[in-house]
Amino acid sequence: MALRTEELILNMGPQHPSTHGVLRMVVTLDGENIMDVQPDIGYLHSSVEKMMEYRTYIQNISLADRGMDYLAALANEMALLRAVETLGGIETPLRAQWLRTMFLEFQRIASHLVWLGTWGIDIGATTVFLWCFREREQVIDLFEQSTGGRLHYVYFRPGGVYEDIPEGWLQKALAFCDDFEQRLVEYHQLLTGNPIFEVRTKGIGVLPREVAINLGASGPVARASGIAFDVRKAFPYMKYAEVEFDIPVREEGDCFARYMVRMEEMRQSVRIIRQCAEKLPPGEIRAKVPITLRLPKGEVYTRTESPRGDLGIYLVSQGGETPYRVKIRAPAFSNLFALSEIMRGWKVADMIAILGSIDIVLADVDR
Amino acid sequence: MLTSIEHLLNWGRASSLWPLTFGLACCAIEMMGAFAGRFDLDRIGVIPRATPRQADLIIVAGRATIKIAPIVRRLWEQMPEPKYVISMGSCATCGGPFYYDNYSILKGIDAVIPVDVYVPGCPPRPEALYEGVLKLQEKIMKEPFLRRRARLVASA
Repeated sequence: MALRTEELILNMGPQHPSTHGVLRMVVTLDGENIMDVQPDIGYLHSSVEKMMEYRTYIQNISLADRGMDYLAALANEMALLRAVETLGGIETPLRAQWLRTMFLEFQRIASHLVWLGTWGIDIGATTVFLWCFREREQVIDLFEQSTGGRLHYVYFRPGGVYEDIPEGWLQKALAFCDDFEQRLVEYHQLLTGNPIFEVRTKGIGVLPREVAINLGASGPVARASGIAFDVRKAFPYMKYAEVEFDIPVREEGDCFARYMVRMEEMRQSVRIIRQCAEKLPPGEIRAKVPITLRLPKGEVYTRTESPRGDLGIYLVSQGGETPYRVKIRAPAFSNLFALSEIMRGWKVADMIAILGSIDIVLADVDR
Repeated sequence: MLTSIEHLLNWGRASSLWPLTFGLACCAIEMMGAFAGRFDLDRIGVIPRATPRQADLIIVAGRATIKIAPIVRRLWEQMPEPKYVISMGSCATCGGPFYYDNYSILKGIDAVIPVDVYVPGCPPRPEALYEGVLKLQEKIMKEPFLRRRARLVASA
């Protein structure tokens, strides 16, 4: 006689040390097996899209830092400014473009380091957290010396960047790159060959390629499922067309593949930073743009590659000082909804590893 | 006699503040930075705990929406006495940059739970959080809870 089992509905979150913020998941369990996962979002909804309609474009930059993906503030600024500059036809000086490219890659490293550290804690490796934050503090120091901020920078302005980098900054940045490449090898030594780590991640939480495409997953999550798509290559902005870098792609689509893709991305970021530092021309850092910027009437949709994926901004202007409507296409939002597909059928103990591996930031999901 | 016992108990309370790991928004990243290697809040006895039942400090790090407010309140209620609250960042303190034109953010977490120390900044640096914890320790050291109880017993 078969054992009679009952479904159990488990509420996970909003306060849970591994939900990376305030995500609530309603999980239907059959014994240890996950039958269904329904993410409940909105616990960090800060109505940024509405607030942006009442603020000028320059004020919106600081709002984009905070209200969207706060781990990658510069990527948000770039996303907003790409829309503003495309609609306004604003040309950015060459030096500013190279600086932006370099800073975006530093931001990618900082963001991936937070992801790796917190994911390490989730699956029981506290050392990774301490190591990652050690390196992240160095990136943050570089940011602080040039932009003045640790987390929210408001460094990119319409038509350029706010300030030039201070003297000796490039040498420090390159020294960090040399150091960081060795650290990446250390992370690999700590995690990649570790049997416990491999058992917890290899073959766990597979996202098939077709499902990833259908659900609109992007960024490292999609690239780990074999989709070789990167906005930096497909629709280059700033100086990404002029630097050499590879898009890491894995076919497996499991947690380990997502980990390997992000690790490789950090290495590619270092490569891009080196090229930027080499090619950085002297000159102007900011075009002459009025402080009360008025954009012509019209609408535009632009996309950029944030550390989490394809970050799109749909901007409608009626010719005033403020946008008429801003719609943010958040990568973490789309990736989160791949979650219920990925998790179905796995054990309850794999939930945390899977959730951590897709790297969501709740501010990006809820906005 | 009462004062010195009280001093000893207060010293014990102040030097082992266990906060709840509860990050709301951007300030949580700086809070994590404060727990990590460079700043290392463990040095002054602040060790994060994952459940409110074991925590005696809640650091409200980040903006609280109207949707999350009852949950923060419930977490605070689940913590055993004595319990303390640090409001970290402008958003938790007063709504911060989300004060105007906003329908979803609570204008200050002190609307739902009593706050002991406010740490300003957007987001505050880990040093600022450190200062906040030190200020809270100062406050705990001065707490006359035994004498207050003795007075209550005497008057009853």
